[in-house]
Amino acid sequence: MSNPGVTTQVMQWVETRLPIFSFINHSVGTEYPTPRNLNYWWSLGSIAGVALVLQIVTGIVLAMHYVPHADMAFDSVEHIMRDVNYGWMLRYMHANGASLFFVAVYIHMFRGLYFGSYKAPRELLWWFGILIFLAMMATAFMGYVLPWGQMSFWGATVITNMFTAIPVVGEAVTTWLWGGYSVAGPTLQRFFSLHYLLPFVIFALMFLHLWALHTSKSNNPLGIDVKSEKDTLPFHPYFTTKDLVGFGVFFVILAYWVFFNPNYMGHPDNYIPANPLVTPPHIVPEWYFLPFYAILRAVPDKLGGVVLMLGAILILFVIPWLDTSRVRSATFRPVYKGFFWIFVVNGLVLGWIGANPPEGAYIIIGRIATAYYFAHFILVMPIVGWFEKPKPLPDSIAAAVLGDDSAKEAN
Amino acid sequence: MSLNMIKKASVTLAATLVLSASAALAAGGGGPALKTQNWSFNGPTGTFDRAQVQRGYQVYSEVCAGCHSLKYVRFGNLPAIGFSEAEAKAIAAEFEAEDGPDDDGEMFMRPARLSDAMPSPFANDKAARASNNGALPPDLSLIAKARVGGADYVYSLLMGYSDAPEGHEVAEGMNYNAWFPGTQIAMAPPVSDDGVEYADGTAATADQQAKDVSAFLMWAAEPKLEDRHRTGLKTMIFLIILTILFWLVKRRVWKDAH
Ligand code: HEC
Ligand code: HEM
Repeated sequence: MSNPGVTTQVMQWVETRLPIFSFINHSVGTEYPTPRNLNYWWSLGSIAGVALVLQIVTGIVLAMHYVPHADMAFDSVEHIMRDVNYGWMLRYMHANGASLFFVAVYIHMFRGLYFGSYKAPRELLWWFGILIFLAMMATAFMGYVLPWGQMSFWGATVITNMFTAIPVVGEAVTTWLWGGYSVAGPTLQRFFSLHYLLPFVIFALMFLHLWALHTSKSNNPLGIDVKSEKDTLPFHPYFTTKDLVGFGVFFVILAYWVFFNPNYMGHPDNYIPANPLVTPPHIVPEWYFLPFYAILRAVPDKLGGVVLMLGAILILFVIPWLDTSRVRSATFRPVYKGFFWIFVVNGLVLGWIGANPPEGAYIIIGRIATAYYFAHFILVMPIVGWFEKPKPLPDSIAAAVLGDDSAKEAN
Repeated sequence: MSLNMIKKASVTLAATLVLSASAALAAGGGGPALKTQNWSFNGPTGTFDRAQVQRGYQVYSEVCAGCHSLKYVRFGNLPAIGFSEAEAKAIAAEFEAEDGPDDDGEMFMRPARLSDAMPSPFANDKAARASNNGALPPDLSLIAKARVGGADYVYSLLMGYSDAPEGHEVAEGMNYNAWFPGTQIAMAPPVSDDGVEYADGTAATADQQAKDVSAFLMWAAEPKLEDRHRTGLKTMIFLIILTILFWLVKRRVWKDAH
């Protein structure tokens, strides 16, 4: 049985010409060995995949009714909400789906940070994750512009204005991006085009991410390498069924937002048609950008702010080398574990600052939190790694999960 | 799920809520607390009170429509709030809509039909400003979603007129209203006792009218609310059962793995 699952003659016929069934089986089937101790935090990756598919499916149908024109975009979204069959449901799924997509990806990233999943040999896997995150941010930003409400327009204006900070060519680059001398119809039309394109780029990046994953295999809560078959379980049926539970929970949470609180995560001003002559009192981005928005505004200098904000994401690329610990999982790192939770709280503080106007105490708190954000990577990661004495690691995953006896039996 | 995991999951959830709550807070304006009402459409099973929304339509058409358009609502939508098709047609026929061009190339007026939007009181924004001291009465179709507090805000605004407190300068043609951002609003108090005579005999106090028209505007902004709640409850029950089944399957599969 080299190809379990290839049971019928038709499947055999296909398999000899295109080994699709063994490919699936090696990827998510009985032949993909998975550490047996993965907990539910490891479900967030596949949940993010489901969220991406959901965005693409709902987005394609929305695009059948949406009109990317400055005079018609807002009306067309209302047409979707009022006249298209279940248009309200599609749109609320797409808008709230984007938020939950970010929730899933943020948890997924913090999971990686806690359990040291970025460390060798998973550096490239981590890198592809960061690229996906960047592409998601671009996609969501341009998506939010499409309904052409007040926040769409002014959010786009604030964010694209960042490009004017580029020395020498800033103005020229920004004009080129806008397709004119301000955010206007041409900007909307190109954002729609790119908003349709980027999710498929994310899809391609996701494949590279998974390719790298299947080469180095999953990390696990203990952070130790798989040593024998006893440490693993086949992906199917163990983790297929476990992931299904995660999908169920994801959809329950999504349904709550879509059906019972669909506008909570949006901004009321986006139900006011875009008006270049009226600036809203507070321009705030979607919640998932707030921590980075706080970092952007932490320094009084425009270019400095942009560099810091970009740096806040780019620094993630080098943490495999900033982290000097020999142990992956924070479970065995008593000192780092504390710092990890401080970092999480610091991230929430940044989000809160991002939601508030840059004045008074908010500025000071925002600066401290921004400094701490970078200090976590540049100081805490290397220094704690050097000085901390990790707790003793278990001999193997099987030994830790099944108890020493059965592990010995197996060896 | 171990206790520890549940703990961590709830921390994560709480953190998400705090984040989104702070975003919502940032969106909120200043002003006194809203006069929150116990709307029939609140909560997961909420529905529109047909009689109330119909009265609200009456207030809109007899009072607010003098200044505010309602361009995303059509006469054909009125049956959704309990008018019969014939009643909706009769209401539409009281208004005129521009059509054309005819064979001579001229635009002409004809009685409105179900497919027509509620007519705008002014030809354009400039004309609207000219008649309102320079201020623009916004289209009301989405107002209940375009303001923090929704229907509660509209109600608080309508009932929020008072004399300006000591030392508060109110400009010529403006009115003091603590709930309006900046506290000076160009709209004169639009509802007053017996400003309308309700077709269903309800006493038309200013408060009653403010409530009714706020409920009507919520319907105008979110006409699919009832459908959403109904579909939502069914979907929720289905998804929760499905998730429990997934969990049972998972437990069964994992039984021999420990
Ligand atoms: C005489 C004209 C007139 C009438 C009648 C009128 N309004 Fe207004 N309304 C205005 C004007 C003008 C504004 C803009 C006020 C400003 O910007 O200062 C306005 C603004 C509003 C606003 C927006 C407030 C905000 O937060 O921006 C609401 C809501 C509103 N009106 C509701 C109503 C309702 C409900 C009625 C009917 C009961 C009504 N109006 C009747 C002229 C009118
Ligand atoms: C990574 C995947 C995606 C993310 C994160 C995302 C995010 C968003 C966001 C935040 C909005 C604004 C929501 C609103 O207020 O309406 C939006 C709108 C929109 N998106 Fe996407 N999207 C994704 C994929 C897609 C795809 C694949 C398509 C089309 C093929 C699409 C089509 C649209 C359209 C037409 C709108 C405007 C209609 C509306 O306002 O609902 N999206 N998107």
